[in-house]
Amino acid sequence: MADYTDNEMMAISAGRFVKDGDIVFAGTGLSMLAATAAKRIYAPKAVIFFETGGIDPSLEEIPMAVSDLRVMYGTCLNSGLIEAFSIVGHRRLHTIAFLGAAQIDQYGNLNTTVIGDYWRPKTRFSGSGGACDVSAFASGVITFMQHEKRRFVEKLDYLTSVGWYKGGESRRNLGLQRGGALAVVTNLCVMRFDDTTKEMYLAEYYPGITVDRIVENTGFPIDVSRAREAEPPSAEDLRILREEVDPQRLIL
Amino acid sequence: MNNYHEIAEKLMSLEEAVKRFINDGSQIAIGGFTIVRNPMAIAYEIIRQGIKDIHLVCHSHGQALDVLIGAGCVKRLEIAYGGNGRYAPTCIRFKKAIQRGEIQFEDYSNYQMTLRFLAGALGVPFMLTKSGLGSDLLNNEGFPQEIRKEPKVANKKFAVMQNPFNEEDDKVVLLPALTPDVALIHAQYVGEDGTVRIKGLTFADIEQAKSADVVIVTCEEIVPRSFIRLDPDQNTLPPFFVDAIVKVPYGAHPTGCYTFYDYDPKHLNLYKKVAEDDRLFKEYLDEWVYGVSSYDEYLNKVGTENLLKIKANPVFGYAVGLDRK
Repeated sequence: MADYTDNEMMAISAGRFVKDGDIVFAGTGLSMLAATAAKRIYAPKAVIFFETGGIDPSLEEIPMAVSDLRVMYGTCLNSGLIEAFSIVGHRRLHTIAFLGAAQIDQYGNLNTTVIGDYWRPKTRFSGSGGACDVSAFASGVITFMQHEKRRFVEKLDYLTSVGWYKGGESRRNLGLQRGGALAVVTNLCVMRFDDTTKEMYLAEYYPGITVDRIVENTGFPIDVSRAREAEPPSAEDLRILREEVDPQRLIL
Repeated sequence: MNNYHEIAEKLMSLEEAVKRFINDGSQIAIGGFTIVRNPMAIAYEIIRQGIKDIHLVCHSHGQALDVLIGAGCVKRLEIAYGGNGRYAPTCIRFKKAIQRGEIQFEDYSNYQMTLRFLAGALGVPFMLTKSGLGSDLLNNEGFPQEIRKEPKVANKKFAVMQNPFNEEDDKVVLLPALTPDVALIHAQYVGEDGTVRIKGLTFADIEQAKSADVVIVTCEEIVPRSFIRLDPDQNTLPPFFVDAIVKVPYGAHPTGCYTFYDYDPKHLNLYKKVAEDDRLFKEYLDEWVYGVSSYDEYLNKVGTENLLKIKANPVFGYAVGLDRK
């Protein structure tokens, strides 16, 4: 039995993608944990910022929303949405965005709008917020997903945010000059995208999770030939997560 | 008592501000973002006065949006995101209203909505972006065609065109300007000269205010001219954009207001529970909105103990160590 939770494994797995100097766009929930953990563990020179306009807050407590008062303290600058979006897509900056979604397809396109018919949906979700925008502008997007067949689908009910669109060069052909889906971090594994086809493949399965289980819970065929076991979080990773990042256990 | 002669004509009660400036069918922009600086006091007053058929235009909104929809005040919505952070990842009455087909709605993204307010503020017919290319935001028109002929409603949701400065294939998305009838903004300070100061993040409040025909500002405090003009770098809006000023301490409760008070987890959790059930939600409105005759009475119901819990540490700007579960 692992001595860490799914959320801890996910936060650490996603945090490993962040490099020093990256500008990290954080959303709510797990993405806040991952961004904060990344900065404290792997990339102290990364800068966390929020679409609401808070840039590089000290994050002494975990924010519960991207507008939380906690994203306004210790910042280098408190601004607004226009400034925030001028950072996400800025040609001088390498920006990594953390997002979540209700559905994802094999090209990393995301649905955060509806399940069912758009006008009379079975389930309505919050909508795009800034997700469509950062998916268009960021250098790379990492998406958190609960790994269920109904969430990994061949056809999204609604395409809110563009990943690799229809694969291959189709994203560039749309007129989006950079970016695309970098990885998908789930409660079972980490998926990445093929350099040429832009199709999702299994990159790392977590300790104790079988490849079969991942395949069974994915609603489209995935390549598992490149899969290897993921490194579990270290004792120090877990200490930082639990004692420094989220001591109040609001998300963990 | 100071009668604030410079802003005497703009200073008024919540009741008067709504009576004078908000009508059935008004197109309204609300400031703030999800669970922070929502103009709640004015939203409650709109509900009490029974305003109907509101056309709300928002980027990412939460509590004010949800309570206005839940009370049946909203007919139409242009929106990027309806959520209360961790307290309701999707706003509950918003979700129900759409699932039941009770309101007309149009989806945009945050940046798209902000650009639309900016276009209205700048007096240009549209702004452009690359955000939305490939997205179903550009495939589904939410509003039926007949609405599109009405004033202040764009004749189409968006347009896509070729970048005229590039000979190669290069598409951009054009987004129609918004010029709402009224913008509702909650600020920390208004100077006795009418200057508005928002502390912390301004979100799209500046663009929203400048795009609107009328701006109603509720505030925590009215402060001396000498104070507001000592450090003008901190100010948000000049006096001439503001039509009505209402002093309402805690006027954003249960959403937060930087340096004054945090969002109220106890109330947001209560709201989450009642919003799921039609009968409980009606009782909530009866108790917290229709059942109070003044904002003081509302705050009495919230209670001193709770107000002290959410009181912001003035250095951090939020309530340090607040139980936020």
